Amino acid sequence: MMLKKLNATLAMGGATALALSLAAPAYAQDQVELTWLVDNGPSTVDIAEALVAAYEEKNPNVSIELEIRPGGGEGDNIVKTRLATGEMTDIFVYNSGSLLQAIAPQQTLMPLTDQPFMDNVQEAFQSVVSTDGEVFGVPYGAAQGGGILYNSAIYEELGLEVPQTWDAFMENNSAIDEAGYIPVIQTFRESWTSQIFVLADFYNVLQAEPDFAERYTNNEAKYATSEAAQKGFERLAAIHEAGYTNEDFNALGYQEGLEMLANKEGAHYPMITFAIPSLETNYPDQVDDIGFFALPGDDADSNGLTTWMPAGVYVPQTTSNPEVAMDFLGFIASVEGCEAMIDAVGANGPYLIEGCGLPDDVVPAVRDMLPYFEEGRVEPALEFLSPIKGPALEQITVEVGSGFRDPASAAELYDQDVRKQAQQLGLEGW
Amino acid sequence: MAVATAGAVNAPKKSRVKDRQASMYPIWLLYPAAAIYGILFLLPTITSLYYSLTRWTLFNSEFIGFDNFIQFFQEPFLYQALINTVIFAFVTSGLKVVLGLALAVLLTSPLIARDFLRSVVFFPVLVSTVGVGITFTILMHPTEGVINETLAMIGIDGPGWLVDRNLALYSVALVDVWRGVGLATVIYIAGIVSIPADYYEASRIDGATRWQQFRHITLPLVRPAMFTVIILSFIGGLRLFDLIWTMTKGGPGFSSDVMASVVYKQYQSGFYGLSTAGNVVLFVLIAVLAVPLNMFLNRKVVTR
Repeated sequence: MMLKKLNATLAMGGATALALSLAAPAYAQDQVELTWLVDNGPSTVDIAEALVAAYEEKNPNVSIELEIRPGGGEGDNIVKTRLATGEMTDIFVYNSGSLLQAIAPQQTLMPLTDQPFMDNVQEAFQSVVSTDGEVFGVPYGAAQGGGILYNSAIYEELGLEVPQTWDAFMENNSAIDEAGYIPVIQTFRESWTSQIFVLADFYNVLQAEPDFAERYTNNEAKYATSEAAQKGFERLAAIHEAGYTNEDFNALGYQEGLEMLANKEGAHYPMITFAIPSLETNYPDQVDDIGFFALPGDDADSNGLTTWMPAGVYVPQTTSNPEVAMDFLGFIASVEGCEAMIDAVGANGPYLIEGCGLPDDVVPAVRDMLPYFEEGRVEPALEFLSPIKGPALEQITVEVGSGFRDPASAAELYDQDVRKQAQQLGLEGW
Repeated sequence: MAVATAGAVNAPKKSRVKDRQASMYPIWLLYPAAAIYGILFLLPTITSLYYSLTRWTLFNSEFIGFDNFIQFFQEPFLYQALINTVIFAFVTSGLKVVLGLALAVLLTSPLIARDFLRSVVFFPVLVSTVGVGITFTILMHPTEGVINETLAMIGIDGPGWLVDRNLALYSVALVDVWRGVGLATVIYIAGIVSIPADYYEASRIDGATRWQQFRHITLPLVRPAMFTVIILSFIGGLRLFDLIWTMTKGGPGFSSDVMASVVYKQYQSGFYGLSTAGNVVLFVLIAVLAVPLNMFLNRKVVTR
């Protein structure tokens, strides 16, 4: 059904493309139609609609039609298949970092390296959409942090302080448990939510082993043999062993997790900050009680945040009108475009566009995140520093977090999974 | 798809050569169909054998021999899926064979609203599998699902149907039986209806009980239908994907992974060569289990 719909749209897109190539040169006067594939996340669509509206107002001769695709693995398949068959839309949104490498950007995407608007895009983002010296995308939305969303009303009631170390975090959990709240919300029905303790611990891994990412890519560092890297799995297991999770952790999903956090049933929800807009929309009265802190490590002095770069907007080589597509990307990377995004979904993190600041009235969870960026206590997640991310991590972390696999064997299993990915990418030394 | 398989499985094979000689139609009338079959079925099957020996990205492939297969059998969760697949196929086809026969006997006996009941039994077959999967996921929710709430009313603490790793595979199997038993019943009904009424009449005069009639007339003569049901549901069980994927996605962890879901996950992760190798393994598995089963069953068909 979905595919049929897509195909129909595709056929129309193809027809438009044909019509356009016949009337290409004077695009400034002629009506130009572009198609743009975005995933179905609520804020993704909101951002896309806002950008299109703002751009079309400025350029009345251009109309951009959105195509919505599912997210997750299914969306991945659609993007890969359409790129491989040359039937991609004129512009599309896709992950930055290691997943981008899997769609072979040099062979499928138009490089943006020489475009003047790339000067507006902060270096931190450019580095995660580059291969072999060419840059391919502009940032789509704000940078995010991985850590713990917490209910500050519970913290206030129990007189707790934001933990700087893992031990302090566990002490807080113990106090919260005694007070009758759920210390840590887990929602394994949507298995991706189980990965946060491992993925968001990467800042702490880098504090212990600064060259981990490079050695990991070169088949030298392993989760099973690195004490620092294995800690993520150990901590996930420790939370389960201590009985700090909700009882129905295996049956709940992401939205239910947010609901428990907002309704003060649970105190901590390990999550990436992209959940904040959803909290703002669904729980406007409670969102002021939601705060955020980075996943604590061993040492209070080296406390910092693992960050996720936003997705990118890319132009495939098969685009029907590269000039207009590039112009649109330039708009996304401008202060004007950035403000359109903030208007649409609010400011839930730094936007990585030069000159685009955040308004003063951001929600507490975002305010909690900003100092990490301002003080430079941030490192990108491993998936942005290394092209290798094992696809089975979420199943493995579900097993660890449910108590039926021990951390050491999980780390070993994950190393095997990673090997597959590295071999598939044809990396040296695997 | 399923029906086509049934036809192929039961086609008589003995007199084929003779028929061809006697046929009044020229043989080239077969060519268009053969071309379609060759291009759409045989060719992809053969190329997939090649690609299963390669490491394949979207744009090029590198020949790596049997590495994919070695990888497949080394990874604990891939191997687990192989075992799960066989368990699943046996459980679902076993239940469909028994329940389908019971329902068919019931629905061929004189019954009020018999036609209506037949439609009711067949109805789940018509519903989209994905819809069935989503519906049962909601019904089987461990705390808020209708099933466990009903059990709680009579004082039973229901299990976590889909979230208990020892139970998830069997829960999905039960749903598959619910969805597929209608088809088995219809095949059985066709078999039972075609048994001449004379046999029953004669046995009744001889004083046979209902059980004896079932045991000595219905059961032997319904065998061809039974074998069709066994083969269809067994192969269907081996290659099931949609229900597993909508209900558990192979989880929790890897505990309800079957071959088809593993193959899908490998494909989704971009391991095209490895997932093709998985498909070849699935193909061989079905062939190795289903072909001897089919031969064995065909030999046992009673000729009237």
